[in-house]
Amino acid sequence: MMDEEIRRVLAEHGKLAVDASTIGEDDDLYRAGLTSHASINLMLGLEDAFDVEFPQHMLRKKTFESIASISSALRELTSEPAR
Amino acid sequence: MPSHDLALLAGTDLASAGEVAESIRRFGDRYLERVFTPGEVADAAGPPAVRTARLAARFAAKEAVIKALDHDGPLDWRSIEVVRTGSGRPEVVLHGPAAEQAARRSVGQLAVSLTHHGDLACAVVVAWGEGRSAGSANPNETTGIELKGA
Repeated sequence: MMDEEIRRVLAEHGKLAVDASTIGEDDDLYRAGLTSHASINLMLGLEDAFDVEFPQHMLRKKTFESIASISSALRELTSEPAR
Repeated sequence: MPSHDLALLAGTDLASAGEVAESIRRFGDRYLERVFTPGEVADAAGPPAVRTARLAARFAAKEAVIKALDHDGPLDWRSIEVVRTGSGRPEVVLHGPAAEQAARRSVGQLAVSLTHHGDLACAVVVAWGEGRSAGSANPNETTGIELKGA
């Protein structure tokens, strides 16, 4: 499950002030303690976990502001091309 | 006649050399290449503890610039570059999207100051300028910022 993997990477790299397994899908991760530097590690960890590379247009704070926004970005990067 | 907007903006950030060291340990060159230019990595060279402190100061400078410019759009961390002048003082050079945001904020000049002590590195940035309103001039007309091509 993508959501579980995102939470695992968040727990490993996010340095949040709260438990990543209990944070709400739409909760603001920056308010939960995610710093700009930690968001870089989070990005790199997600790239490793999902074998993707975030393109420049996704390198913005909004992409990593919640589990839902991360999930949306990853779905866009991992979606199969239309046949 | 285009209007002139006076801008005086400030930003600051505190970064951890330990967190930079951890990022290098975990992600190696991928981390360095996503965040720092080759010039910044070269300028920060030194014993490990000094190197990570210098890199942390440069990261803090990038974040301080982002805050000063109030930028929340897509951004390549390397589009904000800390360079050393001949006198050894740091300066900020903006490229691509960062330079475009500076123009939108009417910023023509940037000053940066760095410091680090132990695990902590700090940067303070002051940005100012009397640029032109958006859409009325070439952003490369602003002075004090080397606006590199995208």
